[in-house]
Amino acid sequence: MNSPIIRLRDISFSYDDKVILNGLNLDIYEGDRIGLIGPNGSGKTTLLYIIMGLLKPNSGIVEIFGKIRQKKKDFIEVRKKIGLLFQDSDSQLFCPTVKEDIAFGPLNLGKKKEEVIKIVEETCEVLGIKELKDRVTYKLSGGEKRLVALATVIAMKPICYLLDEPSLGLDERTIERLLNYLRDNAKTYLIVSHDRNFIKRATDKIYILERGRILYY
Amino acid sequence: MHLEEFAEGDSFLHKADPRVKIIVFCLFSIFCATSTGLKIPFLCVIYSTILIFIAKIKIKNLFSRLIMANFFIIFIWIFIPFSYPTTFYISIGPINLSYEGLKYALSITLKCNAIILATIALLSTSSVFSIAHAMLHIKMPKKLVTVFFLFYRYISVIHDEYTKIKNAVTVRGFVPTTNLHTYKTYAYVIGGILLKSYERADDIYKAMLCRGFQGFFPLFEHFKIKKSDIIFFIVSVLIFILLWVKN
Repeated sequence: MNSPIIRLRDISFSYDDKVILNGLNLDIYEGDRIGLIGPNGSGKTTLLYIIMGLLKPNSGIVEIFGKIRQKKKDFIEVRKKIGLLFQDSDSQLFCPTVKEDIAFGPLNLGKKKEEVIKIVEETCEVLGIKELKDRVTYKLSGGEKRLVALATVIAMKPICYLLDEPSLGLDERTIERLLNYLRDNAKTYLIVSHDRNFIKRATDKIYILERGRILYY
Repeated sequence: MHLEEFAEGDSFLHKADPRVKIIVFCLFSIFCATSTGLKIPFLCVIYSTILIFIAKIKIKNLFSRLIMANFFIIFIWIFIPFSYPTTFYISIGPINLSYEGLKYALSITLKCNAIILATIALLSTSSVFSIAHAMLHIKMPKKLVTVFFLFYRYISVIHDEYTKIKNAVTVRGFVPTTNLHTYKTYAYVIGGILLKSYERADDIYKAMLCRGFQGFFPLFEHFKIKKSDIIFFIVSVLIFILLWVKN
């Protein structure tokens, strides 16, 4: 079997005195479609932040693409190849227009301007948000923001997606479109959600995060 | 972000009534600031240092604060010894330093540090919320207290917005270099913080209005003055009077 894309070993994390993760282990292999559920405050978002290097675990090993990641520098590569969708779309969007926000990631990957323009077009096409392209990000509705946030992640064509509540605030038709996209274009992903129906349709296996550890469903 | 790093603890000063602490602090600051010479400011430093020890403040954190504040006092040492009128000069090579000026600069340094130490020992040992609460109790203008409290409360909100945007930028692989893309991104980050903070504030204000906010916070809990608070107040005031008479 191949080595996993993401391998977490014995991860512990606490906020002040509250223990959130306690000896957590997780492997994500290429082609895995995992759903992660768990009660509020169980540390689902914290787990995603640890994978992206936004939070540093108190102890444990974070191994991504076969390399142990500890320092800030180690995560630069991780962030270019793993796409995180934040739970709150407002956390994701910061550029004045939708177009610029979608272009931001590909530009960071060092892509040329013409190429980036093409990627923006394609991404908008896939998600059906072409008419939002020139809108101001702050003035979008909640659902529209969600779609644009998704677009900013998709535009980077990550190897693995980490999606925190992707279906939150989306209407049925848009959810359908999102499911189609994931089925056809995304190979590996981890979805955190409370929406059981969505998780069932989008993933092959479901993990539960409880008392700081992952339980297999 | 941790702004109230000294507010946690269970020393005598942490438990003392904030109203008493505010009054003692005001008396001390006025007394210290209006004193002259070197002796009284020096004794003031000793008084505040004793308070610091009573409050069991972590020395390391204390020093980092003091260094920040004393950075501004360096300017006093640069200008006053050269410009203060005096009858007696101390010459070091070609430089003439005013003796009175040196004494004056030292006096200012002592007074500043005495007041900073007292601020940390007396005011920082309470949470900002209880300070605001105590300010209302000692009849400070409601509007002023509300502005003070909201101002403090929203420093952390703005900081939160900053962290959010910083995360959004880093997870999408942004590495700052020297090019237009980096400058543009920084401009967007700053613009984003301003806009988002404004929007957040607006939302919160709406939420407050929906819950019947009328311009100030009603008080929920009340302080209880203890015997030890009164003793602390009397002892402090006696010290100030004694120093004042000696002066």
